Amino acid sequence: MSLVDRLEEAKRSGDFQALFDLIPYSRFLGLSARMEGDELITTMKYSDHLIGNPALPALHGGTLGALLESAAIFELLWRAETIVLPKTITLTVDYLRSGAPLDTHARSIVTRHGRRVANVRVEAWQADRATPVATAHAIFLVMREQAPPRVIDPLGPDSGPAPAAGAS
Amino acid sequence: MRRMSNEDKPLPVSRGFVDAIPHNRALGMKVVEFQRAEAVFSLPYDEKLVGNPDTGVLHGGAITALLDACSGAAVFAALTEWSSIATLDLRIDYLRAGEVGKEIRCRAHCYRLTRNVAFTRAVAYHDDEADPIATSMGTFMLGTKAAGTKK
Repeated sequence: MSLVDRLEEAKRSGDFQALFDLIPYSRFLGLSARMEGDELITTMKYSDHLIGNPALPALHGGTLGALLESAAIFELLWRAETIVLPKTITLTVDYLRSGAPLDTHARSIVTRHGRRVANVRVEAWQADRATPVATAHAIFLVMREQAPPRVIDPLGPDSGPAPAAGAS
Repeated sequence: MRRMSNEDKPLPVSRGFVDAIPHNRALGMKVVEFQRAEAVFSLPYDEKLVGNPDTGVLHGGAITALLDACSGAAVFAALTEWSSIATLDLRIDYLRAGEVGKEIRCRAHCYRLTRNVAFTRAVAYHDDEADPIATSMGTFMLGTKAAGTKK
């Protein structure tokens, strides 16, 4: 069974953990998820191997980036009608304060879901949701792998972005 | 063009980026180069870091951690006196999927250092820096000593 098929199955059964357990890297980070009301909350369980600064101690910035990116991807997978594996185009992380050695939670909002691109904002916090440790915005390619070829542009390939509607 | 690796004689200060940092160690990172304002790290392919089990391609998060760690090291490589640093922001562009089974390298450069802020660029690649997997731009705050870590 392909990953997409197994994701579809996990979605049908409402088994969040199955979604995460499919991805080795999510297991490595110790990710889990739950619904709180209408919100999908992704949690990175604290573990010593997530530390980036043992003197403080503080979580590694990469782990927070990975949590934010993963939360955004799972939000897209969870909300989408048909599952397409989102491919990250860009991820921009703002680090607001150092991450304490605690569980970290993340919540995403899909600000725009187009035919090809989805924009997602994500926020991560620890003990107090009002003081986030990091926020991110991410842009994903959300096209199906076997998408039909695009209409051939008479101006030739790579002739720049598609003309705006109405342009001749 | 392949650069000579000084992996067999890393500077003591550079080894600390892996030895003293649990997450870098957990990812299996290695310091390949550490010199004036530049750092090169490597990340071996590891099944535990896979993001898509169908293809075996590594998760973007592992590359994020590599770019972040290597960019931070480049800031340390630029400093003339020790200072604590904290990442302010990191923007990553994912240009293509990594290849299965291949080590990923990251070269980071701290191209501007001011009294308070350091600016970095980094590129992640397999064999050829001209064919990158991901690139990043970062900013770091300098002198962010937290309570209890005074010199």
